[in-house]
Amino acid sequence: MAVAKAEYVKFTKEMKRDYTILVPTMLPIHFKLISNVLVSYGYKVDFLEQVDGNIKESGLRYVHNDTCYPALLVIGQLINAVESGRYDKDKVALLITQTGGGCRASNYIYLLRKALKKAGYGHIPVISLNFNMLEKHPGFSLTLPMLYRMLYCAFYGDLMMLMANQCRPYEKRRGETDRLVKKWTNKLLDESSHASTMRYSHVKKNYRLIADDFNKILGGTPRDKVKVGIVGEIYVKFSPLGNNNLESFLLKEGVEPVVPGFVDFCLYCVYNGLVDYDLYRIRPFKAFGSKFLYRFLLSKQRYIRNMMMEYYPNFMPMADFDETQKRVHGYISQGTKMGEGWLLTAEMLELISEGVTNIICTQPFGCLPNHIAGKGMMKPLKERNPGVNIVAIDYDPGATAINQENRIKLMLSNARS
Amino acid sequence: MKINDPKNRTKGNMLVGIDIGSTTAKIAVIDDGKLIYSRYERHFSQVRQKTLEMVENIAGILDGSSFTVAVSGSAGLGMANAARLSFVQEVYSTAECVRCLQPDTDAVIELGGEDAKIIFFTGGLDERMNGSCAGGTGAFIDQMATLLNVSNTEMDELSLTHQQIYPIASRCGVFAKTDIQPLINQGATKADIAASIYQAVVNQTVGGLAQGRKIDGKVMFLGGPLYYCKGLRERFVHTLNLSEENAVFPEYGLYAVAIGAALYSEDSELMGYEELTKRLKDSMKHKETVSTLPPLFKDKNEYQAFIKRHAENSVKTEYAGDYQGDVYLGIDCGSTTTKLVVITTDCDIIYTYYSSNKGNPVSVVQKQLTKIYETFGDHIRIRACAVTGYGEELIKKAFHIDFGLVETMAHYTAAKYFDKDVDFILDIGGQDIKCFKIRSNSIDSIMLNEACSSGCGSFIETFAKSMGYTVEEFARQGLFSMAPVDLGTRCTVFMNSSVKQAQKDGASVQDISAGLSLSVVKNAIYKVIRATTPDELGQRIVVQGGTFMNDAVLRCFEKEIGREVVRPNIAGLMGAFGAALYAKEHQPEESAILPLDEVKTLRHKSRSAVCKGCTNNCRLTVNIFNNKDVLISGNQCEKGAGIKLRDDEKLPNLYAFKRDLIESYQPQKGRYKIGLPLALGMYELYPLWHTIFTHLGFEVIGSGFSTRKLYQKGQFSIPSDTVCYPAKLMHGHIETLLEQGVDAVFYPCLTYNINENKGDNYYNCPVVAYYSELLQGNMDSLQKTKFLCPYLNINNEKELSRELTQTLSKHFDGITKASVSRAVKAGIAEYRAHMQRIYDEGKRAVQFAREKGKRLMILAGRPYHIDPEICHGIDKLATSLGFVVVSEDSITADMEPPVLGVLNQWTYHSRMYAAARYACEHDDTQLVQLVSFGCGVDAVTTDEVRTILERGSKLYTQIKIDEITNLGAVRIRLRSLIGALEERGQ
Repeated sequence: MAVAKAEYVKFTKEMKRDYTILVPTMLPIHFKLISNVLVSYGYKVDFLEQVDGNIKESGLRYVHNDTCYPALLVIGQLINAVESGRYDKDKVALLITQTGGGCRASNYIYLLRKALKKAGYGHIPVISLNFNMLEKHPGFSLTLPMLYRMLYCAFYGDLMMLMANQCRPYEKRRGETDRLVKKWTNKLLDESSHASTMRYSHVKKNYRLIADDFNKILGGTPRDKVKVGIVGEIYVKFSPLGNNNLESFLLKEGVEPVVPGFVDFCLYCVYNGLVDYDLYRIRPFKAFGSKFLYRFLLSKQRYIRNMMMEYYPNFMPMADFDETQKRVHGYISQGTKMGEGWLLTAEMLELISEGVTNIICTQPFGCLPNHIAGKGMMKPLKERNPGVNIVAIDYDPGATAINQENRIKLMLSNARS
Repeated sequence: MKINDPKNRTKGNMLVGIDIGSTTAKIAVIDDGKLIYSRYERHFSQVRQKTLEMVENIAGILDGSSFTVAVSGSAGLGMANAARLSFVQEVYSTAECVRCLQPDTDAVIELGGEDAKIIFFTGGLDERMNGSCAGGTGAFIDQMATLLNVSNTEMDELSLTHQQIYPIASRCGVFAKTDIQPLINQGATKADIAASIYQAVVNQTVGGLAQGRKIDGKVMFLGGPLYYCKGLRERFVHTLNLSEENAVFPEYGLYAVAIGAALYSEDSELMGYEELTKRLKDSMKHKETVSTLPPLFKDKNEYQAFIKRHAENSVKTEYAGDYQGDVYLGIDCGSTTTKLVVITTDCDIIYTYYSSNKGNPVSVVQKQLTKIYETFGDHIRIRACAVTGYGEELIKKAFHIDFGLVETMAHYTAAKYFDKDVDFILDIGGQDIKCFKIRSNSIDSIMLNEACSSGCGSFIETFAKSMGYTVEEFARQGLFSMAPVDLGTRCTVFMNSSVKQAQKDGASVQDISAGLSLSVVKNAIYKVIRATTPDELGQRIVVQGGTFMNDAVLRCFEKEIGREVVRPNIAGLMGAFGAALYAKEHQPEESAILPLDEVKTLRHKSRSAVCKGCTNNCRLTVNIFNNKDVLISGNQCEKGAGIKLRDDEKLPNLYAFKRDLIESYQPQKGRYKIGLPLALGMYELYPLWHTIFTHLGFEVIGSGFSTRKLYQKGQFSIPSDTVCYPAKLMHGHIETLLEQGVDAVFYPCLTYNINENKGDNYYNCPVVAYYSELLQGNMDSLQKTKFLCPYLNINNEKELSRELTQTLSKHFDGITKASVSRAVKAGIAEYRAHMQRIYDEGKRAVQFAREKGKRLMILAGRPYHIDPEICHGIDKLATSLGFVVVSEDSITADMEPPVLGVLNQWTYHSRMYAAARYACEHDDTQLVQLVSFGCGVDAVTTDEVRTILERGSKLYTQIKIDEITNLGAVRIRLRSLIGALEERGQ
């Protein structure tokens, strides 16, 4: 299907030398680690941790206001960064992810380009980070070793996030968990130039060291606070910018937030390749590859899970995706694959099976897939799992924190009674 | 009243509960198991001050004793934190109160100022609150009362005498308003409208909140609106079909939350009167950080300069009454206000009138005309007159006005008078925001606010009133705010809660007023115009409309766009002024306007009727005048007005043609009955599935086109209130099929749609693709039957056969691979033939238009937009305005897609892009895009379609549709389009 596409600015080999690539905050821990991989391969990368000006405002200005909130924030953040004065506007490129699914999120990159044009930065190249070969840029390519490293970053990220979330509510010295996360992020960055980082044995050793450190914070403290799971659209679920600092709000309310990992989302994307063949008999080669990749990823995830169960029993371990994916049977078909699709339902069921019966389901206002897999699944979930306490929270530029907090508070009162 | 307290928590101490809602504060004191004091007051945003006052008022009770306190309510959190008092979520308090006071209650419905809640006690505690989009109940009723120009009490009394109920969109206040406005203008009685408003509140609560869970048993009703409005109570009891003993309206209905908070407080620390008042006083000092904006004016001088500059844009309006000669009358009968202007041959104004139309524009105009005739006597002669606005038809008919013109033309005519080189006009009225760009002396593009962001001007008014100010005073307050609050943009409902947040954080009235003005402005710039830079608007901007008479709004606008603009001194009268100018330019031989005696004796009655012209059953309002004139409104086509067209006069309409095609598929007797819900993706694939199942020996039952009734049948199981209307209708279609006793219902999951090789991919949108999953999880009634929703690949005959065989053989006998294969072959052939029929008719329509010199309109939507309940007869309206209507799929069969700046990945939308290209390549073709409210995909496609059209120098027109049936606004859009085309000489 050769379809005429408007020309876009390519990221050339020359640009690689002196252009700074800006990466938006989507998943605070993971994206930072992943952008570090790019750095070690000679790219100049800046992971946007600081908030420049009013991001919402510029998002509203440059993006169609009915577009989903994550697009608005990501684009607003990038444009504000370009305008911040920290970068040479002629030597900067932007990076954004693209999934290529049936959800409108696949269009983020085009919306970003439109927004840049509107703002007068049509010359800035936008790089698509995708694994479906949707776009090619001569100066930007992901080699197998790079992907390999990024993969480990995802696992490191999940491990740290998972353990940090379980430490934070119980830490004795305020901020020590966050300091530890920072310490390890920097350490992994320093390491990234060494060839040894590629060796799995080294990665495994790091897993233990990381886990040991977190274990020191939690120690034998009973994790007796009310647990609240956070699931939802991937951006608002993970990004504090997207969910009005949901995690810190929950911490202030004295509960322990439980956030299913990012690797699950990767596994879900891979697994969909299998399902597509199973349902429609399409793309057999992709399915074959997916099957291999799925098993590979799963074994890595299981390693961490087993490690946690064996050595750190006080922590809730990482989920086993193969168990998670099976849980949706009887609720929703795995053919529902746009956006977070069935994974959303699966994660809620996974949380319930771990005894986390209080769940916040986050989504951008008007998120299409979540009508089905989020709000649409609440009734059957509640019916078949009595005592489950779910609240759906919409995020958008006009929604106020008070409205959201009020609903979460109601959920929490129920959780406590 | 005895409080049945199982935990016996009074322990000799008093319990104090404070409930701070969005508009009122309530306090309750319990002593020794008895409610000894309760009070209810509006707090006018002065939350902390008011609480302190209310506590000080009961010094006599509290002083000298020790007690516990808890705060509850949506606006109470900030104060509770600042005063270090315990806080309890209000739904939780309500539950606590009901458990103690009326333990045999099965469900509670509580309506507050802006929240609606349902609590189910029996069968597992379950609490629901309205979502962020559905806000406004008490505030909504207030707004509606303002609209009807009655007090809340009057509205309640009126409603009790109602004769009939009109359908009013119940999703949110803004939508309802758009439904009510035409009813008012069409002359429906206030009693009927009042009751219909209450019914809308009921539908919203029952449909939006209960979401499939049945409300029965003993139901308790709480909260202000339910305490005061008997009419509302009556609608609830009627709708829920409750017996007298099962509908409980307790006398403590207002105080339930406060009582609950008091009961909850027993675990809090004990304190005395001194301590409590001290803490409350402390809380007033404590100011939380609110997101604020710079002040509107640096200092008095800046303000003076601003006032002086705007005073220059004036038309002469002072006349001593000595003018003699010809005059021209312009009337603007708007949605909430009626304006009249009389001008001289020199265009000086000798008479103006601006007032709320008080729900009855005819009598307003009647009084004014009488006054004009009587004041000026024979000094003047009305040479010509023109009317514009929502009530155009009604007024034109009533007073025999010479011309009717569409609002946009009227405004442009007026703006030209002030700046003949004007290139951008922005008009913010009570209900509408209109803006248009002018290029080479004609209207180039028109933007009207969609139903969602409307209601802005009158929103300020309602808000001013609710805070106890007049609009003028409220605006003045805003001018000198030092720190305007940032309230965000979205719709009224969201602004309400932003205001709530600001109040919580202790913002002053001044800051809120300025913040609201800025919100209105930003809404217009970023939501309606969608501009990014001032240059995009234009060089010479004229702003007008009643809302711009508010200096704070004007100032905010200039600051936001960074440019000075022209605001005429008659900003609120520009429509009427334009109409008068128009009448002057186009004057007839002699004006037909009614003379004084006939104006005086004019009597007008309106009654409602239902059109029997087709199955659409439009609700008509018949206006009868004593001079035998009759005006029928509310009709979607010429039939309602009693006009019969000859066959050769009928313009081709692909929407109607496609409906006829669908209806031609009739069931044949078979072994099993299978039901196909005619909604979403089923529309286009109906020929395919119908043929396949008929071939396999099934009797295929279709659910038919949607109606409002059908929607209501299924509305109780809709879990997500922000999903698009076409999806919501699906629930009603399923119910309809089940009523017919089908053996199975079939709606497959189709990730991939038909591949027409027009894009990068060929997906369905997530809602069309997977709605079955939602239906299965949320419609209990589906358990009565087999619900088949297999995931299918419709692009591969062999695969489709395999998958269908797999599914069907599980449930039915005699399904073989061979028989399915044959059926699928036939089905695909029929689908292709069906599409060919559409292409052929498309060709015929185009040819017809070219031969007869008619304008061609591509009404670009998706296949399910042909449903009469979804498109609300817009196709018929377009033909009645002289357009030949074709659909996006009928003319794009061999159209290559245009160059796009987005990912072209949905089949239905690929056709729209191709259709846009078609429109660019043909001078006689216009494209009007239909967009379902809540369609996330269209956020991407609308911008792209607009880009394609503008690249081809075509006008872009977008119509947002939802439950609403406000054809009036659509008519304005289409007429403006025609007006713009005429100006362009097309």
